[in-house]
Amino acid sequence: MARNGKPKAAPKNNGKRNGQAAHWVGKKLKRKEDPRLIQGISHYTDDIKLPRMLYCAFARSPHAHAEIRDIHTDKARAVSGVVGVFTSQDTSGIGMVPCAIQMPDLKVPKHPVLATGRVRFVGEPVAVVVAEDIYAARDGAELVEVDYDPLPVVTDMEKALSEDTPFVHDEFRTNRAFTHALKNGDIASAFKKADHVIKQRMLNQRLAPVAMEGRAVVGEYLPGENRLTIWSATQIPHLLRTQLSVMLGLPETAVRVIAPEVGGGFGSKLNVYREEAIVPWLAMKLNRPVKWAETRRENLACTIHGRDTINDVELALKKDGTILGLRVRILADLGAYHQLLTPLIPQLTALMLAGSYKIPAIDIEIQGVFTNKMSTDAYRGAGRPEATYIVERIMDVAAHELGMDSAQFRFKNFPLSKQFPYTTITGLTYDSAKYQESLKKALQLSAYDSLRRRQKSGWKQGKYYGVGVSTYVEICAIGPSAATPAGGWESGTVRIEPTGKVTLLTGASPHGQGEETTFAQLIADQLGIDPDDVNVVHGDTMAVPYGIGTFGSRATAVGGTAAYMATQKLKAKMATLAAHLLGAKPADITIGRGRLTAKGNKKSISFGELVMAAYTARNIPPGFEPGMEATHFFEPSNFTFPFGAHIASVEVDGETGEVKIDKYVAVDDCGNVLNPLLVDGQIHGGIAQGLGQAMWEELIYNEDGQLVTGSLMDYALPKAHLLPDFTLERTVTPSPVNPMGVKGVGEAGTIASTPCMVNAVCDALSPLGVRHIDMPLKPERVWRAITHAQASRDEHELAMAGAVAKPSSSKSGRKTAGRRA
Amino acid sequence: MKNVTIAVNGVEHRASVEPRLLLVHFLREVVGLTGTHIGCETSLCGACTVLLDGRAVKSCTVLAVQADGRKVTTVEGLAQGDKLHAIQEGFWEEHGLQCGFCTPGVILCSHDLLSRNPSPSDTEIRESINGNLCRCTGYQHIVNAIRSASRKMNKRVPARAAAAR
Repeated sequence: MARNGKPKAAPKNNGKRNGQAAHWVGKKLKRKEDPRLIQGISHYTDDIKLPRMLYCAFARSPHAHAEIRDIHTDKARAVSGVVGVFTSQDTSGIGMVPCAIQMPDLKVPKHPVLATGRVRFVGEPVAVVVAEDIYAARDGAELVEVDYDPLPVVTDMEKALSEDTPFVHDEFRTNRAFTHALKNGDIASAFKKADHVIKQRMLNQRLAPVAMEGRAVVGEYLPGENRLTIWSATQIPHLLRTQLSVMLGLPETAVRVIAPEVGGGFGSKLNVYREEAIVPWLAMKLNRPVKWAETRRENLACTIHGRDTINDVELALKKDGTILGLRVRILADLGAYHQLLTPLIPQLTALMLAGSYKIPAIDIEIQGVFTNKMSTDAYRGAGRPEATYIVERIMDVAAHELGMDSAQFRFKNFPLSKQFPYTTITGLTYDSAKYQESLKKALQLSAYDSLRRRQKSGWKQGKYYGVGVSTYVEICAIGPSAATPAGGWESGTVRIEPTGKVTLLTGASPHGQGEETTFAQLIADQLGIDPDDVNVVHGDTMAVPYGIGTFGSRATAVGGTAAYMATQKLKAKMATLAAHLLGAKPADITIGRGRLTAKGNKKSISFGELVMAAYTARNIPPGFEPGMEATHFFEPSNFTFPFGAHIASVEVDGETGEVKIDKYVAVDDCGNVLNPLLVDGQIHGGIAQGLGQAMWEELIYNEDGQLVTGSLMDYALPKAHLLPDFTLERTVTPSPVNPMGVKGVGEAGTIASTPCMVNAVCDALSPLGVRHIDMPLKPERVWRAITHAQASRDEHELAMAGAVAKPSSSKSGRKTAGRRA
Repeated sequence: MKNVTIAVNGVEHRASVEPRLLLVHFLREVVGLTGTHIGCETSLCGACTVLLDGRAVKSCTVLAVQADGRKVTTVEGLAQGDKLHAIQEGFWEEHGLQCGFCTPGVILCSHDLLSRNPSPSDTEIRESINGNLCRCTGYQHIVNAIRSASRKMNKRVPARAAAAR
């Protein structure tokens, strides 16, 4: 990709590493997965069609909270083609939908696969209809009649914690699902010493991940083999297999999960869903393959949501802008049930609240709240966008309050690069970073000074130009197992087949990221071969050793490292055999492109001959294991912490509230880069998603708990004509945590761009007295903020006029700046 | 049931279908071509875009009976043997796709655009695909892909015309 035609600095990973020159790593290789995708000949789950296959559809609750009196299935059964209708009475043998998070005070409600006795959110499945084709299944689902007794609904978190609230789960006698605190440093003295305390309440609205491929599941049971095969659009095939074997009461060895082509996930497929258990259960029950593919309406209502927090933020500052302390109170809307990681996400927010700044004292309290909504869980960024939004918004509000330039204010509070590894007040150890360099580069690239000049002259002409700055640090390569609920390692098996072709079995489970290409690049470099000769296999639990999966920007840094480490084992094995065959010492063998050479006697053997010799095994050293295969389970010693700086330039129409993005600059640092083309793609997509939150996207439940944004007509995703071209640059700070020096890039764009955009719009309107606007910044909301600010100003002027007439005794120089807009 | 004859990628398919059968289901379930994807069933996402007599339509809101006697081109019909269509090449070379689910629809939508406007500006490209949602790419590489395809096709067309003379 042309990065605006500018020459780039030489990538730092083009040198030799581990004796191996980088030939493929760092190159913009075209993706190996693309030919099948651009020709429409790949297979997503819904493309799978098996002999005798049945289709199913769910009857779902139209109520947010109701008692189920009775379910009548006769009419549904009478539909031509309907094979069966099943309710919770039939599925009571299936285990509960799991939550992997344990906390001392966590309330974990029962989460059956079909609503049992009560429904607690709109879209909760009540019955499943199975039929010969999808039309009959849906006809049947519409004819399932359920007698409901509606119950009081709670959708507002603050009301849910009040005294006279209805309970989502009666047995807990509270809607507080958990509390979590993270405190460090002397927060009381920080606020006592402060010259300024900046307070702001900010909302992080509920979002839908909206992978373009919805969820889909196919189940097939072969009783002779006692094998249940489940194709699912999942990011975690092995974890899903383990959980489903427990839920369905089968030995794990009888269950095979395949994640075929998966059409995007963004965290929404990092889960175990009701349907993933019901569909294979139906396949067993009916002894025929069964398929379910979600509709978009189901996707918006019944696939996990993201974000949804209310944040009260206070920042204590010295006069010169030095941060003394941060206090944050968070209410996190969990929805009605816990999905796999629901209660974890707000805790990740807490961990990341130090951002990229030196904060000497912190005080965070979080309450997780049950409401009558779909569950929230990991959506691209998963807790980090929320944290970065809080930190970067309060930084900007503070800079405005203090009359400081927002970039200079950030420079003042960055740790220096020589202070890394840097331990934050929240207890994390940031691996490596150069925050100053990254922000400097972004300022240059955006021509920041001229943007500021234009802004000043624009204000004089009644034009509202804004410049948004956001830096970020994210936590990737999830993660050390001690810090994760189900193991944070990853597996990789590299097998050189007798003909010299290479198979990589990776526990990572890519769904658009392109690891069939990038992992082939890294292996090709290590073994001195061509990436076309490396076949990356993933997503099949019968083919691949147990793996954790793809999420949390972990695939390259953890899964890639596992593959890399496995090749190191193979290289040692190859050197041993080559030394034996060439009459040299293993230490003297070098692996070049297609050939292994002995340093001393200059004898050499081709890669192909050596591999074949390992399989024929007629001339191998004593104790040498035949074959050419190695496996590594890589356990990372720490997370990695990519970072960067984004700058947005906008113009806001003061009459209509419309926002025009005229420039977007991103400088990201994800450590060493395997394939720049793919990294750019990740950043682009991430920025677009983050801008989606800032500008357009919002899931809205009304007071009755109805999802009023239940279609793509109401839930506004970013479209091509709404977005500008993004200008990207990179800095490269290798991570010391893994041998490739990679960090991860899947979520960076999403994390940085949301606050960057809101900062830009609020900056544009600052002369009007607008201090903060909650997302999404739709024209109406921006217009209201402008109007409100104008009204307050008029009121203020009136009051001032009155004050001049009659001097008041009110104190000047208030220390605390309150909420304005 | 209604009898329909629909030419899909140059091959005639006759079938007796329910009048309510959507064209996308006809393509996927009756013909068995699954390259056309279903993303929303409400004509909002564009994943199911195909060409109907050369013009892009969202096949989730066209009935199979409406396509009776007409020609449909799906993503499977673009490459000539091993030779990819210039738009497919553009998407491959410019990294115009990640998960690939929206890709067939975007490719066919841009096919329609380039047939009407062989040298679109970036703004025209962005406007023409605004009915095709992509959640992965942020659209920038898609725009690059379509621009690259347009250049390639413009280079090839005069060459082909010269060869014909």
